[in-house]
Amino acid sequence: MKAAAFDYEKPADVAAAVKLLSGAQGMGKVIAGGQSLGPMLNLRLAQPQLLVDVRGIAEMCAVTETPEALTIGACVTHARIEDGKLPDATRGLLPAVAADIAYRAVRNRGTLGGSLAHADPAADWVNTLALLDAVAILQGPAGRRELKVTEFMHGPFATALAEDELLVAVRIARLSKAARWGYYKFCRKTGEFAEAIGAMLVDPERKVCRAVVGATTSVPHVVADARAIAERFMPDEALKAVEAAGLGDDPYERQMHFAALKRAAARMHGGGS
Amino acid sequence: MEGKSGKGVGASLLRKEDERHLRGRGEFVGDIQRPGMLEAAFVRSPVAHARIKGIEKPAGFEDRVFTMDDLADVKAIRAVTAIKGFKPSDMWPLARGKVRHVGEPIAVCVAATRAEAEDIAAQVYVDFEELPAVVDMVEARTSPPSLVHEEWGDNVFLETLVDDDFTAVRARAPIKLRRHVRTARQSMAPMEGRGVLCEWNTRLGQLEMYSSAQMPHINRSGLSECLGLDQGAIRVIAPDVGGGFGYKGILLSEEICLAWLSRRLGRPVRWLEDRREQLVASTNCREHDYDITIYAERDGRLIGIDCDATVDSGAYSLYPFSACLEGAQVASILPGPYKMEHFRCHTWSACTNKPPILPYRGVARTGVCFALELMMDAVAREAGMEPYEVRLANLVLPSEMPYDNITKKHFDSGDYPEAVRKAVAAIDLPKWRARQKAGEADGRRIGVGLSVYCEQGAHGTSVYSGWGIPMVPGHEQCFARLSPDGVLELRIGAQSHGQSMETTFAQVANEILGVDPDKVRLIHGDTALTPYSTGTWGSRCAVMSGGAVATAAREIAQRVKKIAGKLMEVAVEDLVLEDGKVKVAGTDKQMTLAEVAHVWYRAPQRLPADVDPGGLEATVGYKPQRDTGTFSYACHAVVVAVDPEIGHTEILDYVIVEDGGTLINPMVVDGQIYGGTAQGIGTALYEEMNYDGEGQPLASTLADYMPPDRPKCPNRASST
Repeated sequence: MKAAAFDYEKPADVAAAVKLLSGAQGMGKVIAGGQSLGPMLNLRLAQPQLLVDVRGIAEMCAVTETPEALTIGACVTHARIEDGKLPDATRGLLPAVAADIAYRAVRNRGTLGGSLAHADPAADWVNTLALLDAVAILQGPAGRRELKVTEFMHGPFATALAEDELLVAVRIARLSKAARWGYYKFCRKTGEFAEAIGAMLVDPERKVCRAVVGATTSVPHVVADARAIAERFMPDEALKAVEAAGLGDDPYERQMHFAALKRAAARMHGGGS
Repeated sequence: MEGKSGKGVGASLLRKEDERHLRGRGEFVGDIQRPGMLEAAFVRSPVAHARIKGIEKPAGFEDRVFTMDDLADVKAIRAVTAIKGFKPSDMWPLARGKVRHVGEPIAVCVAATRAEAEDIAAQVYVDFEELPAVVDMVEARTSPPSLVHEEWGDNVFLETLVDDDFTAVRARAPIKLRRHVRTARQSMAPMEGRGVLCEWNTRLGQLEMYSSAQMPHINRSGLSECLGLDQGAIRVIAPDVGGGFGYKGILLSEEICLAWLSRRLGRPVRWLEDRREQLVASTNCREHDYDITIYAERDGRLIGIDCDATVDSGAYSLYPFSACLEGAQVASILPGPYKMEHFRCHTWSACTNKPPILPYRGVARTGVCFALELMMDAVAREAGMEPYEVRLANLVLPSEMPYDNITKKHFDSGDYPEAVRKAVAAIDLPKWRARQKAGEADGRRIGVGLSVYCEQGAHGTSVYSGWGIPMVPGHEQCFARLSPDGVLELRIGAQSHGQSMETTFAQVANEILGVDPDKVRLIHGDTALTPYSTGTWGSRCAVMSGGAVATAAREIAQRVKKIAGKLMEVAVEDLVLEDGKVKVAGTDKQMTLAEVAHVWYRAPQRLPADVDPGGLEATVGYKPQRDTGTFSYACHAVVVAVDPEIGHTEILDYVIVEDGGTLINPMVVDGQIYGGTAQGIGTALYEEMNYDGEGQPLASTLADYMPPDRPKCPNRASST
């Protein structure tokens, strides 16, 4: 199939992009790497009248850091993160996750912000950023606002973004030196979206002990106090988290997500597969 | 074994085809452009089973949208068989009255670009009265929710029975095991989907059709029947074709529509199948159901097999293979390479609201082999034997060859047990058995699998005539011409799309004529340029077309020798063909093939008076002395580690022992085997074309349908 006809604009700054989206009155769509939107256009699952290409916006390609946080422009590609081109504020978590997204060809074009805005529950960034309790920076006609990533995503392929609003960047709090993380995903084939994701982060200095049951049927399920899963893996507690994520009824989903949590914990503690 | 030149039969010559393919310079239907060409998009059924109450063309586009009412002079595709009780189906190129599977074409739209044609297609309104969908093949025949073809009274294309009396066997057999085995519906998923480009040539009064097809001559015959045109008024060209796998052995509805459109509109029209159409709208394969009981002695020797087998044939009988081929083949090959005294097999070719099926790499072989080998393993467990020991106890022995098995298959030759022994030795069974006993540190479980089969190729007239489908193979022909410059041109009616025939047949010619493979041109896939052929299918081309090339090369050799003998004044018997030259044995006297050809074409005054006026061109045919087919055989052994927590399977080792007889090009044979093995891994672990209860396909892109990728295949298989 071929995409339905659409207009194309490539604005130079965020304000211009927002103006274009406002003018499109809900029929505009933002494109960056196009790794999900491209196929959706070709399958005519998305038929926008206007595509706003944000890759020419310098601010959205920028990375800035402070002692407390790292701010990553929405147009930063998976490959840039994989290749260590960003300051490492996450003790290696971001590059490790980036390196395992789909194939290199996808990583060369696909972007962090595009993945988050697309909001596929099985996507790596959706779950990793929820684990990190990252903040999404949005800009619309009324100005900027900030939302926790956990509030940004509303459901499968649904976010807090208004029709004329842009995801500009993501801010991640810097992990302390003592922080440890574990991430495990299961894909039937290399490059496929995950069947199950388990992720955990322990950062005692910042009093953080979080876990994520990922690749759910909706938003990532965050366990904000995950001591019973992360510090010492207690199977009953892990199963409770899987059930709380709405995955308790289907035996396959239950088992896969349980195993993903178990293996993420094992990886964090320096073992397991 | 290598020929005298090192480039003949037995040489792993690099492929001539790779020069263009590795540089991206092949020419597929999608690469062909014609001035004024229109692109076509099809309106396809979104539902599995419905009556069509009406079709509305969008206002302003009435002359761009065509339905079956517009194609009123076109006949339905009807693939009948001679088997008693077979119920034929009418497959209209565009739906008439009813749709019977998701993706069935209803209307065709044309525009300057595919995107614009799709814009028009999206506006065509079809009024459906939905009917209950027939989705499960067993339910289709036992308790049908509705009738796919109402006039039949049931949902069965064909029921066959190979009967036997098991009363005494049941009473005495010490081992009796019954299993229910199913294989998933699959898509052949060739890299290139289908593509069709039609143009009406007013000078020749001829339809020119480019099609990504395996059997261009058969497509031409089918088109002629449906369009009411003389066969001479149709030329079918299969250019470079990106994989066939049976998927392209069919007369397509789309071919008929485009042929009709190009004549009606007076403009070239092209349709390129997209991946979604490939997966959901066109054909699938291999969905089988076996209720199978095996009887054996305590020592593992088989007594007999009793099986009820159902094949999901989908909604229509396809041209030319028909809806009966797969089911009938199950009953004919289920005994595999084994000996047994009793065999009963009842088959049903069930009709469902799913796309029709075509044979994919071994007609029914994969499902049959899976069911049978599972049963052999079950017998081994019951008898307390190693699985390979049970196979050895039942395989036909070399001393018994040639062997007519219980279904009258004529196994020509081979040492089947030796293939098993070699595979078991190469995989090092004791090592893995010890490791299984010790257990894995990571909690995974080790499994060792074994599979043996023999496989019929080059099926001849006697095999197919009983089925009486629209295409029964007979002779295969080759036209050969030694050109004035000594270049050998070979024309065959088969089509090469990955079989490497441009290389291997040049090697065959080299073996006989001594002509360098670089100086051999193989022309194939064009009905205007090549002898009639049933085409490329059923592992037949190396034997049949290769046989024709060899026969033609021998004929040309004789004619060359006759001319050269006169010119050099020696007896024909004293001449040998080597290195592109005609040499007089035991002397340094010689002529090049080019010199001989030059005299024939350009200096006939030097020819003897009694020269054969047929010259250096000949069309000759080949038919094996016995046409019951070749039987190659193999044993595969695999070691896997299964992660019981997440079900992931890793292949640790894979061994293939295969006897393919005389190998024309061992590298090409290895490539065929590796490719088939990758497809087998996909069948076993990844690929599944699922449907929901309404007959909706659940895998409509390659995100959902998973052929195995490179990381999932072993790095190196040992092949012997």
